[in-house]
Amino acid sequence: MSTEQSVEEFVPTTWTGKIRKSAQRALPYDKLMPETQPAYVASWIYVFGVLTIAALAMIIVSGTILSIEGPTWWHESSTGHFVNSLHFWSVQLFFLFMVIHLWGKFWMAAWRGNRARTWITGVIAFVISIAAGLSGYAVQTNFDSQWVAFEAKDGLNATGVGAYFSVTNLGQMLMVHIFLLPAVIAIIVVAHVLFVRLRGVVPPIDAALVEERNRVEEMQS
Amino acid sequence: MLGITDPPVATPTFIEWGWFSISIPNLIVIGVMVLLFALAFVLPFPGSHGKDSTGDES
Repeated sequence: MSTEQSVEEFVPTTWTGKIRKSAQRALPYDKLMPETQPAYVASWIYVFGVLTIAALAMIIVSGTILSIEGPTWWHESSTGHFVNSLHFWSVQLFFLFMVIHLWGKFWMAAWRGNRARTWITGVIAFVISIAAGLSGYAVQTNFDSQWVAFEAKDGLNATGVGAYFSVTNLGQMLMVHIFLLPAVIAIIVVAHVLFVRLRGVVPPIDAALVEERNRVEEMQS
Repeated sequence: MLGITDPPVATPTFIEWGWFSISIPNLIVIGVMVLLFALAFVLPFPGSHGKDSTGDES
């Protein structure tokens, strides 16, 4: 497709072309990376989503360093203690920001305006994050982690899911914590942000009429 | 090794109220979160004057 050819004029002949056309129609660049936002977004309550992502970035960076250096380093060296603490406190802030983000969106009924997928991906990210947090507590390789793992084992066995994995299996939990759950969270968070871009930031309830008017005008044009 | 042989963190002080109990650290964190949530609605957002006020989505 030449740069002059519009998305609508482009006739795809392959599945890659079909996906590209569908993606370009749903999320043109100005919608994917907008330079302006509605006036109601100029409020601190709209900041907690991106703060959560910033904390997640710090978790991934500090976790990557921990995974390279290993347990002896994070238990014994001063720098290891610092990065270990950085990882731990980034997680605390991640959950703190995410829960405030959740409160804001819940009381705003953020699933309005065909935003159910945005809400649901947020819920999934929250639940998976709790599992990631638990697996993190279980792989500290100290007495705390041993205690946490054995207490969690009893609780999980009571639900039956212990048939599929064991939180006392350090190797399994380490893989779950440093690869499986981070990968799932990363995918879910990307989907969550794309859905926000697709449907726009949810307006306050009293501003929803403005959004509805804009949508009608968009459909008519 | 330091950290591995250290005993677990000491049990925090709990506030008991009938069937309900909560540790002071957890209570402080929840209090901070509620405070941040409330402040987010009342504190003015910097640079919010003269921006797009049309409600346009993009």
